[in-house]
Order: sequence, then structure tokens, then C-alpha cells
Amino acid sequence: MVTPEGVDLQVELADVGARAGALLLDGLIIAGSMIAATLVCVGLLFAAAAGGAVEKAFSFVGAAWLTVAFVLRNLYFTLFEMTPKGATPGKRIIGLRVAARNGGRLTADAIFARNAMRELELYLPLSFLLVEGRNLDAWSNLAGLIWCGVFVLFPLFNRDRLRVGDLAAGTWVVRAPRRKLAPDLSYDAGAGHARFAFTTAQLDAYGVKELQVLEGVLRRYERKTLTAVAGRIRDKIGWTAGPDESDGEFLGAYYAALRGRLESRLLLGRRRLDKHDKG
Amino acid sequence: MAELKLKSYRFRAEREDDWLRLERLLAKVEKRSVKALTDDELLAAPVLYRQALSSLSVARATSLDLSLVEYLESLSSRAYFFIYGVRSSLWTRIGRFFAFDWPAAARALGRETLVGAALLLLGLAVGFWMTSTDPDWFNAFVPSGLAGDRGPSASTEALRATLHGGGDKALSAFATFLFTHNAGIAILAFALGFAFCLPTALLLLYNGCTVGAFLALFVSRGLGVEAFAWLMIHGVTELGATVLAGAAGMRIGWTLAFPGDKTRVEAVAEAGRTAAVLMGGVLVMLFCAGLLEGIGRQLIESTPIRYAVAAGTAILWPAYLYLPRAGRGDARG
Repeated sequence: MVTPEGVDLQVELADVGARAGALLLDGLIIAGSMIAATLVCVGLLFAAAAGGAVEKAFSFVGAAWLTVAFVLRNLYFTLFEMTPKGATPGKRIIGLRVAARNGGRLTADAIFARNAMRELELYLPLSFLLVEGRNLDAWSNLAGLIWCGVFVLFPLFNRDRLRVGDLAAGTWVVRAPRRKLAPDLSYDAGAGHARFAFTTAQLDAYGVKELQVLEGVLRRYERKTLTAVAGRIRDKIGWTAGPDESDGEFLGAYYAALRGRLESRLLLGRRRLDKHDKG
Repeated sequence: MAELKLKSYRFRAEREDDWLRLERLLAKVEKRSVKALTDDELLAAPVLYRQALSSLSVARATSLDLSLVEYLESLSSRAYFFIYGVRSSLWTRIGRFFAFDWPAAARALGRETLVGAALLLLGLAVGFWMTSTDPDWFNAFVPSGLAGDRGPSASTEALRATLHGGGDKALSAFATFLFTHNAGIAILAFALGFAFCLPTALLLLYNGCTVGAFLALFVSRGLGVEAFAWLMIHGVTELGATVLAGAAGMRIGWTLAFPGDKTRVEAVAEAGRTAAVLMGGVLVMLFCAGLLEGIGRQLIESTPIRYAVAAGTAILWPAYLYLPRAGRGDARG
């Protein structure tokens, strides 16, 4: 996805399982709210019965219940997707959000269109499965099932995993991860670098891929992995361990030095992808 | 001893404060809403966003710190979604919708509306004619839930009673039920348009047949004039809404089959937006129809007044939607 400023933001598309999970969560939330609303309405009716004004209360409470049902069914998704977060609670839990496919602004019209299509994809098959199926003969049932199947399974058949609603509205659903800024490893390790003087040949042993794997190991900082990796690197570059040199320190210093070497070569335009690449 | 400070580390040290500022700003917006920001923060947001983007580009090219690049990616994405997200407040959007967007969409879909209206009238004529010749067709066209105890076997007196009876029973709940029921049908007509127009056309024909069969039954008992008033007091609005919904659906289906100059996906997206605006208007019309049917019809008993109300709606809706007006809406947000 290229932003209007020309930077290619590598946004990850949500996979079908994640979207199905978010839909399930939203469905549970809607069902839960409907049950809560029904209980409230019933409670109000009982209170009215105790007070003796059941007729008027029934019409009012009935209208309120139907309005809530309508709002929940048709407007729940739309209203939540219009917020700055662009995601319903189910999507937020899984970590997804809606975005415009062409990289521009997400308009309210697009959100309304994609949710109106949900009638066709979700509610029609549901009502078909639950209600109509009994009244029709076998062939009609089969035809109906195929029809519903095409729309429900639409995301599986296209590359960007678009629903029919996404196709009509020009949107897609992407992952929206939040990462924290972790401290820079080269700085922490830099303090003791004078003790570890690696030769150029030793630093030329690895490429960017191994550097980033090493970064992952250092951030997780598990004893056994550190020992194993330190042992492997020492063997490869032929480094004899000093008397009071810990694995963590050695790896930190090697990381800093390796990164410095690879980045300076990067500035000259040579990116060495991994240890087999000649850069 | 000199500390090792990589160039990438120095690059990061210079810019870290701005990134953290942007992060705090985004956290505020995501937790509450845009209004939670102060004026300074609002002015600073686009600048910080562009700084984050440029930092991302530099980091991708010069830094090998994977966590930094990933952090900047996520920060830029979040800032991008904020800057380019849905922005206008709900109320201004709604006002603009009623003033400009809905009539413009209705005018843009005029051709499809005419086709839809023709289908409905055709269905009405067919239903009327078939039920007039053979009353048993009534049961085929009108679903039993809708007919209640009206049918070919009911007596004329019973039918007359349904036109004028009805008391004060749960008026607002009835109106709300009708609204949600009809809104569901209209949305179905719209959604089915995606399937290349045919199901929508069939739905419109079927609706027309239902109305025609109904009228035929009453006409055959000599109650035609009153039945027409009873139906049309809200029927103008409701049938108009159904026709518009069908038109919106047909536009999408037609564009899917014949995209013209653009790619299919683009053409459908654009048609979808116009159709969606029209559908919003359809829901409003159905709400009004529900009110008229549930409350107005039960309260207004005299046939001439019902005709007057029907004529009033028949004039007002087309005037609102189709009369040309000055001024255009702004860019949508």
C-alpha cells in the first residue's frame, strides 16, 4: 500500500481465519447485547405491571426493543468502523482494522456500502439455513446453499481476501499491530567494546539475516539459546573465550561490531543478505 | 575509552523524541477521539507523520536494527490511518447527506429508477389481472403472514372492517416492526443487485404482484377506492423506497456486468458508493413510511384525507429528490 506521500507501507492483510474470528467475536457481542436488552425490557415490563400501566409500557418498550435490534443488526459495524480506530470491538481484540485499498481516505460512504453488503453475505445465508430450509424441497435447498456458499466463501477465492462488501466499497482489512520502541542493542553493548577486538575477517562471517536472528536472540535473552549461539559463533570465527567473558557480553559485543561493519558497507551500497551472499 | 556509536544509533537518538511525541498523540486519539487533542497537537500531527515516514525510509535504507524498522512501520501505519481516516463529525455528515448527497445520488440513478418503477407497475398489473380472473391466485401472490385473515374466502364486511378498524393497540411498536421489516426487504433488494440485477428485478416484480393481488381482491368486492386510499397513504413512500433500493442494487449489478472504461473493480467501487448513499436515503423513506402506516393509518379514518396525504407524499418526495438545486456538496470526509 503506497501512501499519498509515496512511501510503501508494508501493511499486512488479515488472513481469513483472523477475519472469521473477529466476526465471531462481533456476533457474540451483538447477541450478548440483544440478550441484555431483552432482559432490561422484560424487567421494565414487570415494573410496569406492578405499577398497572402495562398497555402503554408494552408499546413503548416494544418499540425500544425493536429499535435496539435494528440498530445492532445494521448499524453496529458501521458506527464502530467510523471511529478513528476503524474497527469493531471484535476486530480490535484480534488486532485488525479497515483501510481504503487505494491508499487514500476512508470515507463514511465506503463503510456504509461494505456493511450493507453484509446482508447478502451473512444474514441471508443465516436466515436461509435457520428458517427457510424446512419449507423447500431438496433442489431448492441445494440451489440456495450453493448461492449462499458463493458469497460466504468469496474471501477464500480472491488474492486480497476481500469480502463482496470490500469489493464494492474499495476497502480491505489489514493487521494493525502496535509495537513498542525497544532500546538499541548496539549502544548497550558498546560500552565494553574495547575488550573485544574483532578482526575484519571475523566480522565478514555473517550477513544481515544472521544479524537479525542474533538480535532476536539477544532481545529474548534465554540462557540456553545464548550459550548455544555463542558457542556456534565462537567456533565459526575462531575466537577463544577469555577467562571472565560471559556469553551475553560476547554476543552483545559481536552484535554491535557486526552491525557496524554491515551498516558501513550498506552506506557504500553493498547489502550482504546472509552468510552465503557475497554482497 | 571512546564508546561505539553507530551512525544508525545517532540517527535514532536525534529523532526519537519526535517519534515518542507522535506515539503519545496517537495513543490519545485512539483511546478517546480526535477532540481530545489540543490545537498544537492537531497542527503538529501531519508534520510528525511526515517525519515518521521519512525516518522509516532512511531506516529501511541504512539501519539493520529490525525492531527499529518494525516499530517505525507500525508507527507510520497508525499515523497514516489517523491522518487519512474517517474524519468529519457525524452531524455535519448527516446534514450534508440530506442537503446534497442523497438528491444527487437519486438523480444519478434516474434511469435505473425508471426501470425499477416499470417493473413494479408491470408486477402490479399482472397481479391485478390474474387475481381478477381467478381469485385463487391471491394465495400465490400474497404470503399468508401478510394477508392475515383477508383472502378470497373472507366476507365483504370483514374486509371493510380491516380498512377502517384498528384501534390504539401498541401503535409505536407496530410502526417500529413495520419499519424494521420493510427496511430488511429494501436492503435485500439492494444486496441482491450484486448478483447481476436478476434477483432484484424478480423481487420488484413479486412485490408488484403482491400489491396488485391485494387490490384485485378489494376491487372485486366493490371496495376498490377505499382500499387504494388505505394502501397508498404510506404506499407511495414505501413503494418508492423499494423502487429506489432496487435501482441502487441494479446499478451495482449492471456495472459488474458492463464496467465500461474502468477496471471492473474500480467501476464497482464507484457504483457502490453512489448506491450506498441512495440506500441511506431509502432507510429514511422507510422510516417515514413506517410512521405513516403504523400511526397515520390507524388514526386517520376518512378516505378523502387518506387520499390527500397520499397525494402530498407523491408530490413531496419527487420534488425533494429530483428538482434541480443550487450549490454542491464539498469533498466527502
